[in-house]
Amino acid sequence: MFKYGLPIAIACLAVGFAVPAGPAMAEEGEISLLHSATDINDMESLRRGARDFMNYCSGCHSLTYLRYNRMAQDLKIPESELTAKLMLTSTKAFDGINSAMPPDAASWFGKQPPDLSLMARERGPDYLYSFLKGFYVDKTRLWGVNNIYLPGAAMPHVLEEQQGMQKPVYRSEPDASGGAPMVLIGVDMMTPGALSPQEYDVFVRDIANFLDYAGEPVKAKRQSMGVFVTLFLVVGFVFAYLLKREYWKDVH
Amino acid sequence: MVAAPESTDTSKGLIGWIDQRFPLTALWRSQVAEYYAPKNFNFWYYFGSLAMLVLVNQLITGIFLAMDYKPSAAEAFGSVEYIMRDVNWGWLIRYMHSTGASAFFIVVYLHMFRALLYGSHRKPRELLWIFGCVIFLALMAEGFLGYVLPWGNMSFWGAQVIVSLFGSLPVIGGGLVDWIRGDYVIADATLNRFFALHVAALPLALVFLVIAHLMALHEVGSNNPDGIEIKEHKDPQGHPLDGIPFHPYYTVKDLVGVMGFLLLFCAVIFFAPTFGGLFMESPNFEPANVLQTPPHIAPVWYFTPFYAMLRAVPSFAGTQVWGVMVLGASVLILFFVPWLDRSPVLSIRYRGPIYKIMLAIFVVSFITLGVCGLKPPAGIYPLLAKICTTLYFAFFVLMPFYTKFERVKPVPERVTGHV
Repeated sequence: MFKYGLPIAIACLAVGFAVPAGPAMAEEGEISLLHSATDINDMESLRRGARDFMNYCSGCHSLTYLRYNRMAQDLKIPESELTAKLMLTSTKAFDGINSAMPPDAASWFGKQPPDLSLMARERGPDYLYSFLKGFYVDKTRLWGVNNIYLPGAAMPHVLEEQQGMQKPVYRSEPDASGGAPMVLIGVDMMTPGALSPQEYDVFVRDIANFLDYAGEPVKAKRQSMGVFVTLFLVVGFVFAYLLKREYWKDVH
Repeated sequence: MVAAPESTDTSKGLIGWIDQRFPLTALWRSQVAEYYAPKNFNFWYYFGSLAMLVLVNQLITGIFLAMDYKPSAAEAFGSVEYIMRDVNWGWLIRYMHSTGASAFFIVVYLHMFRALLYGSHRKPRELLWIFGCVIFLALMAEGFLGYVLPWGNMSFWGAQVIVSLFGSLPVIGGGLVDWIRGDYVIADATLNRFFALHVAALPLALVFLVIAHLMALHEVGSNNPDGIEIKEHKDPQGHPLDGIPFHPYYTVKDLVGVMGFLLLFCAVIFFAPTFGGLFMESPNFEPANVLQTPPHIAPVWYFTPFYAMLRAVPSFAGTQVWGVMVLGASVLILFFVPWLDRSPVLSIRYRGPIYKIMLAIFVVSFITLGVCGLKPPAGIYPLLAKICTTLYFAFFVLMPFYTKFERVKPVPERVTGHV
């Protein structure tokens, strides 16, 4: 039955995808993101991330689309703990998570600190993880820091006390015109902070994980439901096939 | 079975009551139970019924989305997040709709490819094919309008790019663009009218076109992988010897296709609803922002082959209109395929190697164009897009020549087997 159509189509698809596969992913001049290994099902990590977000991030960044009580329900945080420890910028549990920033904060930073409700969906948890590890000292900037993953970032290194301060690492790369300009290739620890590098990795992974949750609160439920839906449809497919075979017995 | 009560007697009961007032049983018989379809349909014949399934999915999920969506520039983005977070099962309904949009184009592209494989557009099915082309046009409009509604940054800038295409038309361009937008920029008025078109005008048009498509199909009968006419060999009752009633044979067979499709469809919905940024683009998780153009504006994947052709044509004599004309021609040329194809046979099974090679080149060019349209116009992509645009049109423009003079194989009298 598949005499010509299918082989041709498969061959075409194979060729079609093979052509652009080579240079497709390499974006020039960008430092590749670190792998965050966040896990949306790790409740402990999400709760730590929520706590750390409220303490270190929510002063400037809101999560407008995530309600406090939804977060408490999903992350199994008791109400007493929610109101006492996490609701630092609002009093109503059904409110979206606010920041303490006035609407004209742009005059302080040059840019209004963005709402982070959907930042993980827009840039991915790996970006958030990398970004929080990417600050380095740069005296030319307003806050004395820059970020290798977001050059020209307007944000100060809020977590300097935890991470410490990093310095940029350059490498001279010969270019076509014979010069050898210095190219930023990474960062190196300059002055250590209160947390060890391993502890800091966990710290920012928790925040990235929490923001991944905040971007799509239903994500963990969606994936676990998907397993059952898939199994149901596999069984459905088998029964449908058997039914078809039974009916088609008399077609010759 | 024991002598059952006359099952054909429908003059009694509720059905009988209806039948005396409305041709319910007659319609069921003529369109389903006694619609004879060739018995040798293969894998490629699932996509028509699947397109219907996706259409119904889009209509139903769309109705529920419209209950909570706010078509205003100030509220649209927030209302989509409200659906994703606060509406019961809103996330599932929205993912069914967003994944459904991509699924619609996948099944429709495969459905159209089937016609090219087996000559399903050829006489007497030209009008059936033309209805299909109009459906494809309506679907493209529907997809574009729907993509604007979430009012993310890619919605906004995508609308900006597509609407501005009309501005390149000579004389009427400027006025036409203002008329489409309802404002001097893409704004609240634009979103509002796009919503009206997306939820009322185009779905209505699509449903009527699909009905016309099916009526034309049932008038002329289905083609088959051998591309031969089953009505030429009938039994004494007047039924085609190589035909089988659509119900129950193809209803149960299509059910297998539906299950297989749903398996893939649900895998995307539950495990990869953005499909790596192809089905839902990352910049669209940021609200529309007039001041911030995304670093790279790309339409959703199903438009990228056409978008690549648009970009492949350089501006000439101070206007971009040539690219827009190529874009228009790339879709309109589909309407002429039944007359461009001059082969004495319909099915690829009995054609010579040239058509097979041309079709393969066409598919490769189309997919490559799709990739080019996703990428920024730099590096190898602009050249690749130019080559593939030429090949895309070569497939159609040269068709009268390579199909007419090609050596074909003898076509059998009756269909060859079934699985």
